[in-house]
Amino acid sequence: MNLQFAQAWAAIVASPLFGLTLTLAAYQAARKLWQRTRGFSLANPVLVAVVLVAAVLLILSVPYQDYWAGAQYISFLLGPATVALALPLHRQAASISQAGWVVAACVLTGSITAIVVAVTVTKAFGGSDVLALSLAPKSTTAPVAIALSESIGGIGSLTAAFTILTGILGAVAAPRLLTLLHVFDQRVRGLAIGMSSHGIGTSRALQDDPTAGAFSGLAMAINALVTAIVLPLLLAGVPWLHLQP
Amino acid sequence: MIAGFIALLVCQLIGEFTVRVAAVPIPGPVVGMVLLLIALQLRRPGPTAGVVRAADALLRNLQLLFIPAGVGVIQYLSVLAGAWLPVTAGLVLSWLAVLIVTSGVGVGTLRLADRLSRRRPEPGGPA
Repeated sequence: MNLQFAQAWAAIVASPLFGLTLTLAAYQAARKLWQRTRGFSLANPVLVAVVLVAAVLLILSVPYQDYWAGAQYISFLLGPATVALALPLHRQAASISQAGWVVAACVLTGSITAIVVAVTVTKAFGGSDVLALSLAPKSTTAPVAIALSESIGGIGSLTAAFTILTGILGAVAAPRLLTLLHVFDQRVRGLAIGMSSHGIGTSRALQDDPTAGAFSGLAMAINALVTAIVLPLLLAGVPWLHLQP
Repeated sequence: MIAGFIALLVCQLIGEFTVRVAAVPIPGPVVGMVLLLIALQLRRPGPTAGVVRAADALLRNLQLLFIPAGVGVIQYLSVLAGAWLPVTAGLVLSWLAVLIVTSGVGVGTLRLADRLSRRRPEPGGPA
């Protein structure tokens, strides 16, 4: 009887059904908490759901690969969802084309800042060159960050973790911080969130304000293109960014 | 709604194909986003169109889609624990720098545009 129970449990935990159900349940609980706390920053649904799922996996000692068997179907939808970000851009097309060169200035300065500060600070605090290279593209959207990291000699999967952590930091802290900095223009708020915190920041910006959400998605998309060009140029051209992967 | 999802997936497919052919480190979905934006600007679908409803449904639950990748961080807990100081400093300070620089440049350029448009009033407008 006990053996049968253990076998059934092991089979269920390793099936796609488990990861899928766990992710949806954690998301639903996290959304309820977000509504209960009326949008308290630390109750960010991504952060809370990730901690909940990770805790369940660690307590039940379920390997990440078993969880991924089900969770990959949710992760897959990130592709079509990125395409769907064209909709807020379309709705805000008039105000975006009006702010064209503001967008260009923000994306270019933001992209350079992200790379230079990440590499310089990581090295200054005793990080290895590989660590610094893995952190350099972390403000871009995850698929770009991973590809860029591997092309410059970083570790792609480590970059994925850094990128996710950066996004969660942005979703939790960016709106509050921008208010403290007296940045109230929703266009600028969106650009700053998208540039620093890519898609996860954008998901928060969309929740707060449609204009901020559109500009955040726009910044994320253009940042992916600009960083892909700027990153190798900066690493080759700036003397103290010469690293040995 | 199904037609809408098909439209999203077809844009992504064309995007994925394009970046593979061009061999550039840009994700296919980002190219797909540009394609859909062009299509939306040309066709201007109403609020009940399938593609609008499908896109809205996905974006309403965008936060859900990041959870599996976020949980993936648990695979790197030992790396993060071993190099927590350079990782935390590099990640947080560069994130903070981007936020401050981008919002500063944004506010500055908007103010500059405002001042320029006031110095050169529209012809026929109040002097």
